[in-house]
Amino acid sequence: MNLKKYQEVIIKPLIDENPITLQILGICSALAVTNNLAVTLVMCVAVISVLSFSNLFISLIRNHIPSSIRIIVQMTIIASLVIVVDELLKAYDYETSKKLSVFVGLIITNCIVMGRAEAFAMKEKPLLSFLDGLGNGLGYSLILIGVATIRELFGAGTLFGYEILPLVTNGGWYMGNNLLLLPPSSFIIIGLFIWLIRTIKPSQIEEDDFVVSNHSTSPDLTKRELNV
Amino acid sequence: MNDSILKTIGVAFSVCLVCSLIVSSAAVSLRDLQNENKLNDRRIKVLQVADIYNPNESISEQFNQLESKFIDFKTGMLMDEYNNFSLEDYDQVVATKNPNLSSRVPTSKDIAIIKNRENVGKIYILRNNLGSVDKLILPIRGYGLWGTLYGYISIEDDFNTVSGIEFYEHKETPGLGAEVDNPNWKNSWKGKKIYKNNEVVLSVIKGKVDNTDSLAAYKVDGLSGATITSRGVSNMVSYWFGESGYSQLLKELDYES
Repeated sequence: MNLKKYQEVIIKPLIDENPITLQILGICSALAVTNNLAVTLVMCVAVISVLSFSNLFISLIRNHIPSSIRIIVQMTIIASLVIVVDELLKAYDYETSKKLSVFVGLIITNCIVMGRAEAFAMKEKPLLSFLDGLGNGLGYSLILIGVATIRELFGAGTLFGYEILPLVTNGGWYMGNNLLLLPPSSFIIIGLFIWLIRTIKPSQIEEDDFVVSNHSTSPDLTKRELNV
Repeated sequence: MNDSILKTIGVAFSVCLVCSLIVSSAAVSLRDLQNENKLNDRRIKVLQVADIYNPNESISEQFNQLESKFIDFKTGMLMDEYNNFSLEDYDQVVATKNPNLSSRVPTSKDIAIIKNRENVGKIYILRNNLGSVDKLILPIRGYGLWGTLYGYISIEDDFNTVSGIEFYEHKETPGLGAEVDNPNWKNSWKGKKIYKNNEVVLSVIKGKVDNTDSLAAYKVDGLSGATITSRGVSNMVSYWFGESGYSQLLKELDYES
């Protein structure tokens, strides 16, 4: 047993190989479900469980999956797990499942789940795959919780629904930032996270795929169309 | 070896079989719990809008305090019986999908964009100790920004004063349109008047209500950043208290008392 290897698959995806900030996967749900911390936490638990168990089950049967239909087999397993999670939520946490609405179902299309199944679980042993799913799920959750904390605190002045910054509309002093309550704000926050992480860890900075060339000549002004 | 046709079909079949068994058993075994959640969720909203909800007591017991009645929208009459439906199970939103139980709202009159209106609705009555009507709880719905808002509005025994409003289902933007769930905003509906000279005057305005306005009792603050949702709620009130909604019933009751 190589204990270090097990530790590594859990810890590495937290910052060093974070699925959101390094691989830029799973962004869609990070935009959609992060305006409320309580809802975000439930989403994180859902993704972690789907990711770990899909990795586990795919790894268990990896030696029997014909390569010609492997994506369909992976999808079937992932989709079934997502439906089970959705049904469980509807039965045991109805309030949150109402707020998450379609986004639980959309875990099926979360690139992280498929990505880990294809990149990791198809090659590695079950336990290791399970932990890899757990690690990646935690890495995803870490970013989501960060985004949700900023959005809920500065957008609505609350955390977990409890008032932290009393809003002007409720007789307090804080003017909520409405932009933060809309999905595009997560783009900006995730961008800032990526910037922060890559400043601290310059090894994550990718090389340019191509170099932008300089203008070879100055623009020919005589050929410009006139917009009259 | 793994890629032989037989193995491919075999693996595909067994994966599907196992997955479908898991999915269907989860769905079937959790269905009762889910239905109960759904029902309780709505019942809580009805109790909240009637302002009698106590989270520590059994929901079904509290719900039994309310009397339910069918209402025929054509005549405005309250009924105890409608076809073979029981008062408990009848769902007017489901009825709108059945052409025999609902009628199409002409576009010119469909201000709340509900498309089909059920022929018969279901309302709740809260009676006081003496047995006379204390509050009426009326279901309302209408289109907001992203989808239809479903809710209840309760009115006092003068049949013209709003006592509360609650939405149990909507798809509005959290923090903006979804502020229809904001307790402060919901409280601002309390005491607002609906009719003036037999016309629905109550509306959600843009911005804050000026308290010196002589019509202030007929105006509700708009939700900031959610103009379309506010307008949707306003239209919903106009529609459901208008002549295709509850106005006949309320007039009738008003004459009686």
